[in-house]
Amino acid sequence: MAQPTATITLPDYQQERIGSQIAEGEVIKSARPHALTDVVTNYCPGCTHGIVNRLVAECIDELGIEGRTVGIAPVGCSVMMYDFLNCDMIEAAHGRAPAVATGVKRVHPDNVVFAYQGDGDLASIGTAETVHAATRGEKITVIFINNAIYGMTGGQMAPTSLPNQVTQTSPYGRDVSKVGYPVRIAELLSTLDGVAYVERVTCDSRAHIIQAKKAIKKAFQNQIDGIGYSLVEVVATCPTNWGMTPQNAFQWLRDNMLPYYPLGVYKDVVADGFANAAEAALERAKDCPIAQQKRED
Amino acid sequence: MADNTQAAEERVLMKGNEVLAEAAMRAGCRFFFGYPITPQTELAAYMAKRLPKIGGTFLQAESEVAAINMVYGAGAAGARVMTSSSSPGVSLKSEGASYMAGADVPGVIVNVERGGPGLGGIQPSQSDYFQATRALGHGDYFMPVLAPSTVQEMADLIYLAFDLADEYRTPAMILADGMIGQMMEPVTLPPARDPKTLAAKPWATTGHKGERKHNVVNSLYLSPEKLEDTNRERFERYEQIKAKHQRQELMDCDDAEIVVVAFGAASRIARTAVRDARAKGIKCGLLRPITLWPYPTDAIDQVIANGATKFLSVELNMGQMVEDVRLAVNGRASVDFYGRTGGVLPTPEEVLDQIERLAAGQPVARSAGAKDVGSVLPQPIDRKSSYERGE
Repeated sequence: MAQPTATITLPDYQQERIGSQIAEGEVIKSARPHALTDVVTNYCPGCTHGIVNRLVAECIDELGIEGRTVGIAPVGCSVMMYDFLNCDMIEAAHGRAPAVATGVKRVHPDNVVFAYQGDGDLASIGTAETVHAATRGEKITVIFINNAIYGMTGGQMAPTSLPNQVTQTSPYGRDVSKVGYPVRIAELLSTLDGVAYVERVTCDSRAHIIQAKKAIKKAFQNQIDGIGYSLVEVVATCPTNWGMTPQNAFQWLRDNMLPYYPLGVYKDVVADGFANAAEAALERAKDCPIAQQKRED
Repeated sequence: MADNTQAAEERVLMKGNEVLAEAAMRAGCRFFFGYPITPQTELAAYMAKRLPKIGGTFLQAESEVAAINMVYGAGAAGARVMTSSSSPGVSLKSEGASYMAGADVPGVIVNVERGGPGLGGIQPSQSDYFQATRALGHGDYFMPVLAPSTVQEMADLIYLAFDLADEYRTPAMILADGMIGQMMEPVTLPPARDPKTLAAKPWATTGHKGERKHNVVNSLYLSPEKLEDTNRERFERYEQIKAKHQRQELMDCDDAEIVVVAFGAASRIARTAVRDARAKGIKCGLLRPITLWPYPTDAIDQVIANGATKFLSVELNMGQMVEDVRLAVNGRASVDFYGRTGGVLPTPEEVLDQIERLAAGQPVARSAGAKDVGSVLPQPIDRKSSYERGE
């Protein structure tokens, strides 16, 4: 292989992969992360899955954990994520990713195990698995894509569809008097003792994407450090099923999604001064004698 | 209590459900995921006590659905893993079982059956035969189904189930019932195996460590041709299982004209009835399937070659396995059925009555209610007061 002549500040494998394509004097600022395979995704233009897939891959690269990471792909538009990432992957049944992740993590506690799920998967059919993996304090990382609609099946009402939002199965707009209200997952899970960290982010701007990556990386780092269950909710777009151009979809996200799903950190036990989720839970139950008992096993 | 760290075989008196747990650990199982249900309770309780002491994990899941998916994850990660339940709970595991079959993930599912449908009852039953042998969930698949009839077989067959699951990369099932699960018998426990000595699983999702291409455990194939190829490859493995692993017990079948076919708890009752029929000079034998899938069709061929002309399938349901007997017999002999359902066990006298009818060329009753067999059943105790009876 020809010696690259450009200034490269990337790991060696990038050099091997693209070295011959680099022009003299060219400075590489961004290249495909190693954890992302060289496969064209099935995502639509303007969909944020592609961005988040890449952020996950960048975090895996930067943390140097590709060799010990096991990802769980959901049912939904990211169902074929096992083709897009270079780490070991398992395809789960609809909603069951947290249970599958639990099985893997219990067998290999030193592996880094993450579940990547959409709103129908995580907040509807898999609510029980989500809530219980969180409350058990499974030391896993969950990336939750909330785009307020079922994408792959063609735009049905999701548990996170907004009031009055028109979908295939709410053709007159989501009538909250009949079908109830959207689920705010970040807020819901932040009440559970097993949870170490929950943050809601989005990907509508460079600044927000940088923040999203920070949150995802932290959610992985928490697992590496054994701090507890971490979830990052990404408020996302679905231009195809929202029936909008990508630009209009991002504007709709800013106008309607973000006021209903405010960005921010909903729980961070480390920022609250605790070593991990268990310590925070113990403090919260400080007036309960049985909860304070020391275990000997 | 049996010591798991000891390698030698040992003979102890134990309950069926506990033996399933103990023998599973001895087979190298270190991971159990389940949800409480009667009548398999002792199995999970035993696991909860023992597994943490030998470096394993017992986890009570939020549901049967979650439990089987934890089994899927742990199995995909290369571990020997199991779950156990009873009929209504096993229905909830059907989704995960289908994914395990589709993704070729080994694992053991125990069903300590109770009466159904719906919530049914908690007394022994064999009403899930169809569910177990016709594939537990959606899709085109089977799994090995082993049916113990003694506490000893609880130990032997769960040991075998783990081996079959790993060798053929399939879920495997123990189909027991509340009677075998709840009773105590002497049992020789199999030797304990160190999980580290089990065959490696290079396909498992353990993290590639930079040493191989990434592994994927998956059951999704959007190309119909690829899905067909995958299914056909799996069915080739099924053919190997059928060729190598049919198991059954034959008793008095060498010259039998009438062959009673029964498995599990029903076979214990049928065995007494067959002995009683022999004592009465009826040329009768017992064929007890141990593998319900693959069905022991070779043994059916053998007893027909030996001269059997009449088959009687005795089951704790309204007639399920009898269909497999008919398929295997394929018109070469007559096939009748007798069963009790809802958790009621037939008496040996009831079964003997049917054998005698067959021997005399009379039609057999398919089933009976408590009223029909009043003559052979112990008379029910009348708990009403004389005032309530209007005396």
